[in-house]
Amino acid sequence: MSAADIWNIVLMQGFAGLSLFSVLLLMGLGLAIIFGQMGVINMAHGEFMTIGAYTIFLASTLVQNYAPGLMPYYFLIAIAVAFVLAFGAGWLAEWALIRHLYRRPLDTLLATWGLSLGMQQTFRSTFGPKEVSPTLPDWLMGSWAPVEGLDIPINGMFVMGLTLVVTGMIFLLLYRSRWGLRVRATVANRVMANAIGINTRKTDRMTFAIGCGIAGVAGAAFTTIGSTGPTSGSLYIVDAFLVVTFGGAASLLGTVASAFGIAQTQSITEFFLTGSMAKVLTLLTIVIILMIRPQGLFAAKVRR
Amino acid sequence: MSSSKRPEPPFSPDRRKFALGMASLPALALPFGAMAQSFPTAKVNTTGLAVTDKEVIVGQLHSATGTMAISETGSIQAERLAIEQINAAGGILGRQIKVVQEDGASDWPTFAEKAKKLLVNDKVAAVFGCWTSASRKAVLPVFEKENGMLYYPTFYEGLEQSKNVIYTGQEATQQIIWGLDWVNKEKNAKSFFLIGSDYIWPRTSNKIARKHIEGHLKGKVVGEEYYPLGHTNFNSLINKIKLAKPDCIYAVVVGGSNVAFYKQMKAAGITSAKQLLLTISVTEDELLGIGGENCAGFYACMKYFQSLDNPNNKKFVEAFKAKYGAKAVIGDVTQAAYLGPWLWKATVEKAGSFDVDKVAAASPGIEFKGAPEGYVKIHENHHLWSKARIGEILADGQFKLIAESPNLIEPDPFPKGYQ
Repeated sequence: MSAADIWNIVLMQGFAGLSLFSVLLLMGLGLAIIFGQMGVINMAHGEFMTIGAYTIFLASTLVQNYAPGLMPYYFLIAIAVAFVLAFGAGWLAEWALIRHLYRRPLDTLLATWGLSLGMQQTFRSTFGPKEVSPTLPDWLMGSWAPVEGLDIPINGMFVMGLTLVVTGMIFLLLYRSRWGLRVRATVANRVMANAIGINTRKTDRMTFAIGCGIAGVAGAAFTTIGSTGPTSGSLYIVDAFLVVTFGGAASLLGTVASAFGIAQTQSITEFFLTGSMAKVLTLLTIVIILMIRPQGLFAAKVRR
Repeated sequence: MSSSKRPEPPFSPDRRKFALGMASLPALALPFGAMAQSFPTAKVNTTGLAVTDKEVIVGQLHSATGTMAISETGSIQAERLAIEQINAAGGILGRQIKVVQEDGASDWPTFAEKAKKLLVNDKVAAVFGCWTSASRKAVLPVFEKENGMLYYPTFYEGLEQSKNVIYTGQEATQQIIWGLDWVNKEKNAKSFFLIGSDYIWPRTSNKIARKHIEGHLKGKVVGEEYYPLGHTNFNSLINKIKLAKPDCIYAVVVGGSNVAFYKQMKAAGITSAKQLLLTISVTEDELLGIGGENCAGFYACMKYFQSLDNPNNKKFVEAFKAKYGAKAVIGDVTQAAYLGPWLWKATVEKAGSFDVDKVAAASPGIEFKGAPEGYVKIHENHHLWSKARIGEILADGQFKLIAESPNLIEPDPFPKGYQ
């Protein structure tokens, strides 16, 4: 083993950590908005991701059959469509279910869990119980090898770029738009926000739908690195909650920091220990830190 | 029919002719009634099973909903197809098979509860069902206590044998040892990296694999790694593989993890052009999810591939597609599930009885020449003698048969020197 080999492994391992960071952040973002800003525990988060994944599958099938020439480009458009569809589903779910339960946070947990089971069975009845495999553009599935022995996954870079864009847009929306202002006002003091004329119901619905839309984008992007099936979403839900709780519920910055911390701990321990031991160590670290700081890494200063 | 000759009015002088005509009617019905008559219900069913003169009730117990529906749907379909074909050919001992289907819902206690319902309430003569080892372990005490008969289709870790179960899939040694010998001899693989999902089947399989690699092939295991079920990030593992540089990766990863594993391997530049990989956990069903293009050129060791070129299999694939659509795929376990009803039919006919004790006793030595995988036979230990085969994954999601064991491999659920 030469020095160059070791250097390559170090580089690739560094990238693996960053790549896991962007995956965790992307899956946690939508949840962070909904949980952090509204206090709703959305157990169906994974299923909104699955909507995104199936959107990619449908789009790839359509493009393959009717416009094979568009194959290299469809992916980006399909991600936008995934956002719209998941956004719409979230809007509907809020209107039909969530808005009746705002004062009962534990009931939203049960209701959204029921919603997730219902959605899973809907996927199963519509697309069949077996997993599907969307045909992805060739440029996305491969590695970038600048030198011999060094392979940087292109799908990893893609997810990283997408995470950057989505995170940037959320910060922009939250801190530089009317909606963001309303959301922050509602979180800070719902009654007062209502009194000064903010339609908090409408704000809630918008917030929930945007959170779901981002889940859809995450699900769409993860077709490049994971599976597409009726229960694919449930693979991510535990990690997503971990990221959000560890970061501190009402803080987006906390979500970013916690995704980074978890990803680095996980990928470094995975490299030096076995996979299952790495998971144990990561979870143990999180438990200990949460025992010392029950509010998470970053706690937002809001009046409750 | 003879009655097409219009009979004379009864009071005509020719009424004798008419009486003769009527008398011939029962004879026409003979093909259906004869079997049941020579096997009267009181004789073929002494233990109160749901068997009448015309029909026999069997149970089907799989997950039609929940996580495992991904895998178990194929088995449900194959068993249904076999039962339909048996019915069309006249049934068993002159009786048509009727199915009571229960849903285990991917939940092991539910499996046990439904098994009890099938055996105690429905009094089914046999059950075709279960997929995961966990569900089989959950129903096993029920089958042994209520004395039922289970036909279990999945390849599994072995270390089990019961009077009340016929295992139509491979136990671990049948799938592992011959495949390892093949990569060692044909591909000159000396060092291996073992990867698995973290539960009993992959761990037991890799234990056997390690013993065989180190003890018999005099090779080296350069890494052995397990990841929790549902794990979706394999980048660190892939770097470890790159560091260890094994001749062959031996993969026993299952479920959604499988898809993530192969997609990320491809993205990290580990493809069949540079790396040899042998798996025992990828069939045509899994390739639907992974996408053949993401793992083309890797090898799988199974006993059955949809592309097998023999007359039995051609007929089977054709019938399966006619029933479930041209896009339907058939994996190893789906084929093993198809064997269940046929083996049961042959056993019942040999025993001349539906009684579970007699069926269990008559099972060893039962042959099925019409099996899509080729000839199979039940061993004294209730597992099947079957061949092992190596297939190369193609981009279209099918396998190309590369090699097959010359002889049937003896099932050995408690292998000496491998535990």
